[in-house]
Amino acid sequence: MSETSKAMRQSLGLRLSSSAFLVFWCVIAAFPILWIAVMSVKSPVDAFADSPWAVIFGPNTLARGDGLSVLDIVLGLVVLYVAIRWMFTRLPALVAQYSPAGLVVLGWLVGAAVYAILFMVVFFGLLPLILSPLNAVLGPLGEPVLGLTTQHYIAVWGENEFYRNFMNSMLVTAGVVTISLTVGTLAGYGLARSGSDLAFWLLILALIFRALPHSVLVAGYLPWFINSAEILRPIFGELSPTLYGQPWAVIAVLVSINQPFTIWMLRSFFQNIPAELDEAARVDGCSHFQAFRRVIMPVMWPGVITTGLFSFLLGYNDFLVTSLLLDAQNQTMVPAIAGYFNRETTTTDQVEAVAAAVSITAPLFLLVMVFQRQIVSGLTAGAVKG
Amino acid sequence: MNFKTFFAFVAPSVFMMILFIALPLVSVFIQSFQITQPVMQQVEVETCTPGFVTQTCVTEQKTVPVIGDDGKIQTTTEWVGLRSYRSVLQMDKVWEAVSSGRLRDILQIDFWKALRFTLMFTLITLPLVIGVGLLIALTVNNASRRVRGPIIFVSLLPFIITPVIGSLSIYWLFVGDGILTAMMERWSGTNISMFAQAWTIELLMYFYRVWHVAPFAFVIFYAGLQTVNMDTLESAVIDGANRWERLRHVIIPHLMPLIVFIALIHLMDCYRVFDEIIGFRSQAHVISLQWLTVDFLTPDDAGNRAIARASASAMLTMIGIVLLLILPLRRTWRDHKGSAH
Repeated sequence: MSETSKAMRQSLGLRLSSSAFLVFWCVIAAFPILWIAVMSVKSPVDAFADSPWAVIFGPNTLARGDGLSVLDIVLGLVVLYVAIRWMFTRLPALVAQYSPAGLVVLGWLVGAAVYAILFMVVFFGLLPLILSPLNAVLGPLGEPVLGLTTQHYIAVWGENEFYRNFMNSMLVTAGVVTISLTVGTLAGYGLARSGSDLAFWLLILALIFRALPHSVLVAGYLPWFINSAEILRPIFGELSPTLYGQPWAVIAVLVSINQPFTIWMLRSFFQNIPAELDEAARVDGCSHFQAFRRVIMPVMWPGVITTGLFSFLLGYNDFLVTSLLLDAQNQTMVPAIAGYFNRETTTTDQVEAVAAAVSITAPLFLLVMVFQRQIVSGLTAGAVKG
Repeated sequence: MNFKTFFAFVAPSVFMMILFIALPLVSVFIQSFQITQPVMQQVEVETCTPGFVTQTCVTEQKTVPVIGDDGKIQTTTEWVGLRSYRSVLQMDKVWEAVSSGRLRDILQIDFWKALRFTLMFTLITLPLVIGVGLLIALTVNNASRRVRGPIIFVSLLPFIITPVIGSLSIYWLFVGDGILTAMMERWSGTNISMFAQAWTIELLMYFYRVWHVAPFAFVIFYAGLQTVNMDTLESAVIDGANRWERLRHVIIPHLMPLIVFIALIHLMDCYRVFDEIIGFRSQAHVISLQWLTVDFLTPDDAGNRAIARASASAMLTMIGIVLLLILPLRRTWRDHKGSAH
């Protein structure tokens, strides 16, 4: 409504307080997340300093010789800006150009991975190499002014082998997303196209299942998972596995826990696709399954991507199920951070925990940046029907 | 679509839900009446210590677990009826507290403490989330088109962040002399520690939950606001309705289905509050029902998991969520009946 009628126009006071509230909300929404990002690159003394300025500028970190000069900051920001611009302009073009037909998703995965590696090499490898001689030449502009250290990230990812947890997280989330989408799209389509009472009851049952606290279910799995080798022996013989501590067992559990939500969401996306489309395909001689695969799925991608995002979030953010059903060797990232609580005796440990927390948040940040529209559409998809 | 095709489409999903949701529920139900313990036996053990002239020997009865042929501790499973429920509920202590008139003592018992917090948490955050979400949606709708995208981006951050990490990020702002605690101390001139008593932790938890869920409510309300009938609004203006009356009589009734939807989702999600307890490390002061079950399931120092008590507390948790959801679900059922005719 760019053209508001005169009667609807708002008084100055109302507009001012409305924008003030928005600014206030944005600060509150972003502040804790930004602040832990700032804390994670400071020495422990600075990170837990009383004064906010000490945390931001990091005098102690600076005194220990870790800092950025004005030139570093300016050049770093420029590279960052260009990288983000290219992510939204050049990268899609390149992916569209080089990925083989029909494998666009694969093309995107490879493209994103290559881009991420390239960015890492340029930002953390090349840039410091160029900047250190430049800083030495430039004099006052090259003097470090802002304390910044990557030591905690190096400690977390190197010494504490956080990359293992990262790989486990990736394994679990990738499994959860693919399986729950495969199973969920089929069910969602069936539910959307069937008006029977059975379909309605199934949906209500799914809604009840969605309400169940996860700990209730885990209490049901644990005894069976721990003893599964003995229980399954009559069927599978010596090959029978102990399900406790197996990532794929956790994947199956998370997929099932997520099924109710997935089928509700996919169903509402399928309902937005006119039923005439599959009727036309059926008239042309397709079976139900062929109609689903060749006619409906190609127009369903936005819904599938959106639902996939929410499945990703569930797998990635889960603490309860993974911490109870996986053992220390194949722990995912979020429960691994609880390991820091027990060790968290020195302030260095605390800042390392902060760095680990920021490492977990960074991929989510990227996710919102790239998929903001899909997330919003996903949130509203279930609700619009009421 | 005939039944056979429908079944073929939903079968994998239904199979997984039966295997990993319905059957575990049955299993939990059965476990809550059983108890599995190692088989114990009494053995006479003679311990001798070297002494002068003769050894000093002591014979004593010891209780040790029976080791089976396969080298593992043998266990038995027996039916114990409601014993696990009794040990979770501790009704005798509750009655004692009631009869002596010290009702506060009930909240010393883990289960009742957890129940009190879970219910209060759910019911206090519910109106706050809806109110804050609606307020953000209204103000964003008011803002110029150019800033809406970035605002939605920033608003989504608290929603998308891992709950444990989100509560940790707030925890770190307040822990010890974290900057916000330091700031409050400077203003008030007193020594403040936010994590030393239950009510301050609870306040932070309410804040965290509203911060985390309000964006979800905001996005849904914002989408709903785009479909408000402008003609109705304008005629309300002509009829002389002020801004507040328009909000009250036009916009909120229009958003009502969405409010119900958010309330339903929020009830479900809030009732299983758990991640905050981990993030704020509040086990000593504030616990929730779901945390109680997880605590029973976590191996203790001897490596034993209290499966039976966990199952009992899980069943009690479930009864609670069923009671909470009965009303909204009946409404859905009636709507379905209504639309079928």
